[in-house]
Amino acid sequence: MTATVPTAAALALGDDALVLSHRLGEWAGHAPVLEEEVALANIALDLLGQARVLLSLVGDEDELAYLREERAFRNVQLVEQPNGDFAHTIARQLYFSTYQRLLYGRLAAAGGDGEGGTLTGLAGKAVKEVAYHQDHAEQWTLRLGDGTAESHERMSRACTALWRFTGELFQPVEGLDVDWRELESDWLASVSAVLERATLTVPDGPRTGAWSAGAGRQGLHTESFGRMLAEMQHLHRSHPGASW
Amino acid sequence: MTAVTADTQEAYQAAFDAAVAADERIEPRDWMPEAYRATLVRQIAQHAHSEIIGMQPEANWITRAPSLRRKAILMAKVQDEAGHGLYLYSAAETLGTGRDELLDKLHTGRQKYSSIFNYPTLTWADVGAIGWLVDGAAITNQVPLCRCSYGPYARAMVRICKEESFHQRQGYESLLALSRGTPEQHAMAQDAVNRWWWPSLMMFGPPDDESSHSEQSMAWKIKRHSNDELRQRFVDICVPQAEALGLSLPDPDLRWNEERGHYDFGPIDWTEFWDVLKGNGPCNEQRITQRRRAHEDGAWVREAAAAYAAKHGEATA
Repeated sequence: MTATVPTAAALALGDDALVLSHRLGEWAGHAPVLEEEVALANIALDLLGQARVLLSLVGDEDELAYLREERAFRNVQLVEQPNGDFAHTIARQLYFSTYQRLLYGRLAAAGGDGEGGTLTGLAGKAVKEVAYHQDHAEQWTLRLGDGTAESHERMSRACTALWRFTGELFQPVEGLDVDWRELESDWLASVSAVLERATLTVPDGPRTGAWSAGAGRQGLHTESFGRMLAEMQHLHRSHPGASW
Repeated sequence: MTAVTADTQEAYQAAFDAAVAADERIEPRDWMPEAYRATLVRQIAQHAHSEIIGMQPEANWITRAPSLRRKAILMAKVQDEAGHGLYLYSAAETLGTGRDELLDKLHTGRQKYSSIFNYPTLTWADVGAIGWLVDGAAITNQVPLCRCSYGPYARAMVRICKEESFHQRQGYESLLALSRGTPEQHAMAQDAVNRWWWPSLMMFGPPDDESSHSEQSMAWKIKRHSNDELRQRFVDICVPQAEALGLSLPDPDLRWNEERGHYDFGPIDWTEFWDVLKGNGPCNEQRITQRRRAHEDGAWVREAAAAYAAKHGEATA
């Protein structure tokens, strides 16, 4: 363990994992098939585990999760997007898990010392989990894209709708020594290849906008996020100082 | 195929009876009486449905769990329940039925699930109370099923009981934290126990003299103990646990009976039990509507998976 905790980075990555885990938790009892109840909960749990490790590098995990207001959260806007239909959830998973695997792969490979040191251990463990998440998202992207006309249409719409939130993934995060441009081109190559195999076209809209580019990392979020936090934090906030 | 003569039928029956008497396991390819098969399908399916519907009252609190540790525990539990549902549907399928058919029967109300899941989870403490009492009652019911005469069911129960007892301990521990917490938390825990105690006792089913399937199921060694026996066992276990929790049980007639060596307890409101069973509980409508909606909303996803599998020469699930 190094003495320096890369706070900004741990917070950004921890918030990503925390928020996406919460969204996936909303699926419990609503999945299209029982196997997906298991799979989505499994991914949500992995992400929650990552969030807990990362937030604990910064401070008290519960204080950070339950007592910050939305302007203090550093997650990318992609992960806070509402679940929508199963295609939206899968498109969000595809975009995010591909990013996570590429990023954690680099962090794990970077190894031991320096500022990233405390993240290396987490990344080494998490990269195995996110490889599984990515596989799950890719397999479903193929099935929905290359399934029926309806599923193709829904998957295509979902990929397009979430596209404008993907540019933010490659905004440099303070404390992470990563070649973000290279990460972005690897991400584009990987996602494009899957979409093509799934008979889907790579969306041609902008991947960043005046508002969404890098906004989440600065604490600027979309409207549904505040409501999500209200639900998540309400009980904890109702009993100040209580332990559970 | 040769016709089964009355003689061979009798021989099969005799072999089956002998196997059951010798505590041997009946396996999917073995001959079994049609009524035995039908009873098992009904019971295992109902058990599977209970796991699936039972996800709802707990999932209701996933997004509001008050700490990240509790949230992780709850998510893992709800995930386990989906897994238990899958084991149990597989066990039912060894009897010649299909998961789709069983789900259809659930969705159309032709098969039931445990009536306990028709009660609402109104506070966070309900999650702990479900863990302690509802899972506790389920375990009391299910541990003897690990020795049930039908092999696939017995083996599913061995796996399920291990996970269930883990959940139960976590539920208990969660209630303990509330009970020893702030006065508000303590009150929340007591209120939850007050609401879940009697429904949990009802989980053992109607009293022995009104239980229609009991006698036959015991003769077949599907069931090992009567409803009232198991209910008594559960009460005897819970009373000292409630004392250790520092919570009371909402029954003024509850007291130790030296002579019987058991706790006496007050009368159960069987009117409420039959009412909930008939569909008039607080959440019957809501639970089945949500289940049906998840299934209907997911139809296009399942169709996509099947179409993809057909195109790419995969075996469909």
